[in-house]
Amino acid sequence: MGIKILKPGLLTSIQDAGRYGYRKDGIILSGAMDARAWKLGNLLVGNTEMEAGIECTLSGPVILFEEDQLIAITGGDLSPELDGIPVQMWRPLYVNKGAVLTFGQALSGCRSYLCVYGGFDLPQVLGSYSTYLRAGFGGWEGRALKTGDQIPFKSAAPAVPAHNNWSLSTQMYQQKSADDVIRVIKGPEFERFSEKSIAALFTEKFKISKEADRMGYRLEGPGLKLRKKEEMLSAAVSFGTIQVTAEGNPIVLMADHQTTGGYPRILQVASVDFAKLAQLQSGDLLSFELITLAEATTLLIAAEQKLKQLKQTLTFKYPFHA
Amino acid sequence: MKKKPNTDSFQYYPLGDSAIVIQLGDQISPVINKKVRAIAAWLDEYSFEGFIEYVPAFTTVTVYYEPWIISYAKLLELLREMLNELMEQEEIHAENTIEIPVCYGGAYGPDLGFVASHNKMSPAEVIAIHTSVDYLVYMIGFAPGFPYLGGMNELISAPRKDSPRAKIPAGSVGIAGQQTGIYPIETPGGWQIIGQSPVQLFEVSREVPALLKSGDQVRFVAISETEFKKMRRTKDGN
Repeated sequence: MGIKILKPGLLTSIQDAGRYGYRKDGIILSGAMDARAWKLGNLLVGNTEMEAGIECTLSGPVILFEEDQLIAITGGDLSPELDGIPVQMWRPLYVNKGAVLTFGQALSGCRSYLCVYGGFDLPQVLGSYSTYLRAGFGGWEGRALKTGDQIPFKSAAPAVPAHNNWSLSTQMYQQKSADDVIRVIKGPEFERFSEKSIAALFTEKFKISKEADRMGYRLEGPGLKLRKKEEMLSAAVSFGTIQVTAEGNPIVLMADHQTTGGYPRILQVASVDFAKLAQLQSGDLLSFELITLAEATTLLIAAEQKLKQLKQTLTFKYPFHA
Repeated sequence: MKKKPNTDSFQYYPLGDSAIVIQLGDQISPVINKKVRAIAAWLDEYSFEGFIEYVPAFTTVTVYYEPWIISYAKLLELLREMLNELMEQEEIHAENTIEIPVCYGGAYGPDLGFVASHNKMSPAEVIAIHTSVDYLVYMIGFAPGFPYLGGMNELISAPRKDSPRAKIPAGSVGIAGQQTGIYPIETPGGWQIIGQSPVQLFEVSREVPALLKSGDQVRFVAISETEFKKMRRTKDGN
């Protein structure tokens, strides 16, 4: 027994850290768009950070709990409610059998994660629970969740600990501000762009167009031009790679991006800002701030350390699981 | 005296804070592909602390790593040493030739006639030319198991379709410009489809899901519709 999907929402899918080790075979990474929120969700319910979670997008699903469970909701605030009563995010929640989880208005961000104690009982495909929507494998039957799907839990709910009423410090996650600054480092083809384009890149704002999904966000803003037209041979790209199409529009690659690309790579988003980026949506404005590789690395290592500390703290809260 | 390996022309640069690119040249060539494969083979065998995975391409190998375990500077040093060693060895790796049976024309290759008339030859001549050479797999990308093949005879080149088809069945063999390729999964696409193979280039439940990898040689072999159906059945029966 586990959960039952009563309404699927806009795009609800099973995700984890992604499918590593197969990008050389053209198999995309997939995985949670906001991997930090997914990871924190798992930690909040006492899981290792590798269990599958449910990624909800903008208009969330309606989910029936067919069994008691300990859950956590993290990521963007899509106004989650249990049996019609608003619930707090970023904390462990005990849910009774028969309870219904709904989502409402997107108050901040656009992707929410549902993690359950012990994780969902699903087969891993090529070492990952993530749904590869286009190739149709992984996750739940290789597709987005539909009405009537019943996803089983791996474990029954744990005993209620004495101190259950706590939540994550807001420092562990940052909420999206209205006008987001995304930190970037130079991409491999950065120097090929005209001076005017480079200047515009860091002084003007870009708007996320309607073409924004798990593969990538197409941005609207000043046209970006190469100094001279040069053919580029296809090469590897990554989460956060910003490519510029022949028309001069940047595309930020996200979790479901293809493994290789043939457009010049002007910028690369610092990994530490992936979570922020994942919570942006069509119509949002963003601007870029250039940092060095060393700065990006330092920020990423600091974030990793913070997570490590949290994990240590949580082993005290979940002694039964440690 | 040992010949000094020529690794000075190699370039290294970051792709973000968690990947490094080794660039071995700027032209598509079998010589560079050999170097790409040598690096791939080394990474398959040795790996290192903090290594995640690598992606080979035409002239590059991109290595993904965990920066909290190995720094960019350390990794750069390690890769430089590895390359110096590798290029000294000049080891020839066994080439893997894979035969891909193809049923050309008809419903399996609706654009065979177009490719033939575009090049002022008969469909039989297109098939003869397409099956006459070995193609080198330069890289896998675009879709799971999709090979970028080199070596197609220019005599059978053809432009992409003006508007892409919404659905191209898995196994379809196509031509786009001077490239030929096979669709591993059903996707939309604009290539001129000249035939279809019953072989599955990508099957997630296989131990090695992607049939081809960088450095493999591909040879197309023409089969009849009867053979195609038989091979499909055998496959389904398994």
